Amino acid sequence: MEDKTDVLIVGAGPVALFAIFELGLLNIKCHLVDNLDKPGGQCSELYPEKPIYDIPARVMITGQELTDELMKQAKPFEPIFHLGQQVEKILKKNEKEWLIETSNGKTIIAKCIVIAAGAGSFVPRKPPIEGIENYENKNVFYSIKDKSIFKNKTVLIAGGGDSALDWTNELSNIADVKLIHRRKEFRAAPDSVNKMLELENKNRVNFILGQLTKIKKGKAKPIEVHFTHDNKINKIEIDYLLPFFGLKMELGPIANWGLNLNQNLIEVDTEKFETSTPSIFSIGDINYYPGKLKLILSGFHEAALMAQACFKYCYPDKKNIFRYTTSSKDLHKKLGIK
Amino acid sequence: MNKIVVKDRLGKNYNLPANPGSTIMEIIRDAGLDIEAACGGCCACATCHIYVDNEWLSKLNPKDEDEESMLDQAFEIKENSRLGCQIEFDEDLNGIIVELAPD
Repeated sequence: MEDKTDVLIVGAGPVALFAIFELGLLNIKCHLVDNLDKPGGQCSELYPEKPIYDIPARVMITGQELTDELMKQAKPFEPIFHLGQQVEKILKKNEKEWLIETSNGKTIIAKCIVIAAGAGSFVPRKPPIEGIENYENKNVFYSIKDKSIFKNKTVLIAGGGDSALDWTNELSNIADVKLIHRRKEFRAAPDSVNKMLELENKNRVNFILGQLTKIKKGKAKPIEVHFTHDNKINKIEIDYLLPFFGLKMELGPIANWGLNLNQNLIEVDTEKFETSTPSIFSIGDINYYPGKLKLILSGFHEAALMAQACFKYCYPDKKNIFRYTTSSKDLHKKLGIK
Repeated sequence: MNKIVVKDRLGKNYNLPANPGSTIMEIIRDAGLDIEAACGGCCACATCHIYVDNEWLSKLNPKDEDEESMLDQAFEIKENSRLGCQIEFDEDLNGIIVELAPD
């Protein structure tokens, strides 16, 4: 089934979320696609707890609070989110519409596309170990969809963050779990850390100090990994390796959409924030124009001007009359204010 | 003119002009060398990972907990691993030698 909408927004970070609001004021509906499994982009994924001090009228707001507030602000406009997938392909369907395909096979038809993809999509950070790609999705996984495959197996989890700790604790119920990290300190929720240390005391989890250096085919078990600690090399045979080293950002398929790029950033004009392809816009950290500042603040401004230009594509026969949210009864109605 | 010396991943050395107040990451990035610095310098990623020449290590402010935590997401960590965005250049660091860590 195809979804049909006015605007497809690529990304669901703070600037994408505010774009829902600005477009919504002009009666423009949106769908959003993001590779993460939640809205908020870098703010929620990289620094949910970190303070931001340069959002106007908010002396301090954390990344997660900003996301939550923007979600509330966007809510009256009923945006549809397609999370955990990325836009793979965009095709011109006809003179007035784009056909967008996501990595999950979802198809969306839209009049305009707004690329608000920040620094690109988040993908797992893979350890730079030679040949690791030969074992990926067989003995090496960067995310877990079906934990039952680990039952009664020897699993080595690598990393010191929440994912590493949570899966160590979870899988210790069904598997022989070893956790490897470069130090015995963890950047994870204190409860998870305490639980892991408790499991280690009960010999249900085996903690290893070290860093992965090599992977090869094993003898007794499918893979053998090498790790170093204090310049000594150790070896271990295991069934599965689960590296959890956080996420990194990649431009991904956007590079193939035929847009004018400037060092992996999308060139736009500063009147409409439109790209070299008409009806495709780009706002936030991913765009480039002379004088560009990568601030959330700038992205908000870009969203407002982009929305004005989108209106002409979405309602070619209508004239947009500019109104203030403070006084317009019509806008109050859209915002659900009585 | 103040400078820093940066060894890239192929072993080539570059003398880069350095202004007090910039971070080591910014100096390397602005010179066009290959340092990703995905988060832009707010200590929220580990893509400005560098090795600091041992002679210079003691001149730096020690790592704080934030930086140490972020280094958990980097690879091939050594004793002299640092994040470039967390070292602000000043005149005492004129001539500091650093090396880009592997991608």
